Amino acid sequence: MTAAYASGPTRRPLRRGAPWTPWAFLAPFLAVFGTFVALPAVRGLWMSLHDWDHLMPDKPFVGLANYTALLDPTSVLFQRFWDGMTATGTFVLASVPFLVTLPLLLATALNRAFPGRTFLRAVVFLPYVLGVAVVGVLFRFVLDPNLGVLNHLLGVTGLDRVLHLLGAGDPVPWLTAQPWAWVSLVGVTVWWTLGFNTIIYLAGLQDVPRELYDAAAVDGASGRQRFRHVTLPGIRPVLAFVVTMTVLASANMFGQADLLTGGGPGTSTRTALMVILDTGLGRYEMGAAAAMGYVLSIGLGVVSVVNFVALRERDGRGRRRARRTS
Amino acid sequence: MSQKTLTPARPPGASRTAMSRRGFLAGLGAVGLGATVAACSSGGPSASGTSAGGTVDLTFWNGFTGGDGPVMQDLVDRFNAEHPAIAVRMTTMEWADFHAKLPAALTSGRGPHLAIQHLDSLPTSAARGLLLPLDDVAEDLTLTSDDFIGPVWDAGLYDGQRYGIPLDVHPLGFFFNTRVLADAGLDPDAPPMDRESYEAALDLLLDRGVAGHWMSPHTFTGGQTLQSLIWQFGGDLFDAEGATTAWARDEGVEALSWMVDAVHAGWSVRDVGQDADIIALQNGQAAFNWNGIWSVNTLDQISGLEWDVRRLPRIGSVDAAWAGSHNFVLTKQRGTTDAQLEAARTFVSWVSQQSAAWAVGGQVPARLSARDSAEFAALGPQSAIAEQADDLRFLPSVPGIGDAIGELYTALNEAVLLTKDPRDALRDAAARADQVLADNRDRYDA
Repeated sequence: MTAAYASGPTRRPLRRGAPWTPWAFLAPFLAVFGTFVALPAVRGLWMSLHDWDHLMPDKPFVGLANYTALLDPTSVLFQRFWDGMTATGTFVLASVPFLVTLPLLLATALNRAFPGRTFLRAVVFLPYVLGVAVVGVLFRFVLDPNLGVLNHLLGVTGLDRVLHLLGAGDPVPWLTAQPWAWVSLVGVTVWWTLGFNTIIYLAGLQDVPRELYDAAAVDGASGRQRFRHVTLPGIRPVLAFVVTMTVLASANMFGQADLLTGGGPGTSTRTALMVILDTGLGRYEMGAAAAMGYVLSIGLGVVSVVNFVALRERDGRGRRRARRTS
Repeated sequence: MSQKTLTPARPPGASRTAMSRRGFLAGLGAVGLGATVAACSSGGPSASGTSAGGTVDLTFWNGFTGGDGPVMQDLVDRFNAEHPAIAVRMTTMEWADFHAKLPAALTSGRGPHLAIQHLDSLPTSAARGLLLPLDDVAEDLTLTSDDFIGPVWDAGLYDGQRYGIPLDVHPLGFFFNTRVLADAGLDPDAPPMDRESYEAALDLLLDRGVAGHWMSPHTFTGGQTLQSLIWQFGGDLFDAEGATTAWARDEGVEALSWMVDAVHAGWSVRDVGQDADIIALQNGQAAFNWNGIWSVNTLDQISGLEWDVRRLPRIGSVDAAWAGSHNFVLTKQRGTTDAQLEAARTFVSWVSQQSAAWAVGGQVPARLSARDSAEFAALGPQSAIAEQADDLRFLPSVPGIGDAIGELYTALNEAVLLTKDPRDALRDAAARADQVLADNRDRYDA
């Protein structure tokens, strides 16, 4: 293969490296990606076709049986897996709206100039640096129905009566009855990860050209109209990113439920990941667990594609925002 | 194959720093260096087993993260001091991590030579080929079934061979806050020990505004409480072979209903959180708690807390209490030398003879001779709990039994949190567990 690309007799051929140059640059990444992502993924697919326990001498090939078991309502795995998927789906639907909108409002507020802004930005981001174990143990004591700080404070202020009117038991069963367990898990997750999305939004907001706001103000746009017609279109790529990442992060929820509710009450907050872990490393049914992992991944892949399609830039609306890809 | 749908996309632009040529070369160098270091270290310490000084190195894994950990470390240190030719190194981790890590560590040849296994996970590990038979150790030690609690001794057997040497038993005990009892006009030296007086005491406490016995809907320790009650009401968890569940029968329903009724009656608060039952006892918000003997050290460390412990009261028709047991096992791992096996046997034999010292960690020694010793009698709480030694019940020795019992805990959770009728909860859990048991039979018998 020749690198020469003659467009005119006087032009020097474009200088190009050897054909393997791009591969040399990619090699370090490919080595890591191959070892820790591609190979395990292929091996997982292989495992999912077997009754796999890496310690048992025979690992019988079962074809697609691990997958069909997930679709067969009479199997033990069916109930466990789809209960887990339902729990994961519930958490995604309940948490993503808050995790997408609240940080946007916060970021809009923190994007204004006011004294103490940097400090507040740090405060908002702070919980995100905590590990899930810290958050879990901390909130187990905050939210304990009988001994927790939250119910004590609600009792002192009399606010618990409002919750009783909403049908909550006495004491408010933050971790031991539905829907309160979901309310707690979503609330804790929002408190914990709010800062990350806020920072991403802040970066996006700072990229919206000042002149557009000035022009909109000159045209007599109200604050709400400026937000709707300047800010939102301006941060559309950021929004797509935040929505996609938040959906994936919420679908991967594990630690909060594991530590706060232990999957309870009953099995209502046992998420798909908890089911997969228990199946693979608790019951040593690694083939079945691998199959579950694939079904979950494919589901998340579809959701991510839908997200991107729904939030992609539409032709003929606004300028192309090449800066996000630079 | 496309990776797109399989792995979540990384954040675009997460790391976009341009890499200089020099940085790239430095990076390459670092990768090369790392590979060299890894190559050097892969011939690790466990490969030869003997270090330069001629001592035999042994690694010992366990999950003694509580007050029992320092006691075991102390025993290990004493062993090392008395046996200069052997160096035992102990690693402690959470039991959950322990069970997840052990198989992988053993397959990769980096696992421990010695480990502790719970009685209910012992047959599973044996069936999965993680352990070495220990019949010769038992013979060398002249250990006989006479010196051990029957079920504990038998539980170490799998497929006709012995895989575990029992170290201790850890039963459920009846803990109570003596000040709360005294305040309610009950005699702390004579706590209620049968159903009638127990319920009367709970009524008395309720009159004084105290929910006396908080019913935990969680495995620890509601799960152990429920199992004890099922046995007390004359029921059982599994049939004799461990092939099907038996907990959904009337005795099981009666046992779980007693716990649920305690919530309805106000003897227990509703919605008890994880560990809230024992914390309530510490706070004086509850009078009674059925908890593991491992709580002895925890409660001892709380200054100003006045507490005591007895064997479990009899709520049903027979005396029975849940118990677990720690067992020594030798692991099957390539690269283990004969010298290491010999040293490991010496260690197991030596520690087994220190049962009474181990009891300080909040356990009941597995050996009768140790339980009868004056040293053990001096440990008040432990020996009070050990009074029920003949009434202790254990899970059957069946591979994968832990998977099935998990379903019982789900039923407990649903019923005690008042979301499901006890009978329905137990029946549904039994149906799921029966299927798990059948699956496990296929897997482990094949």
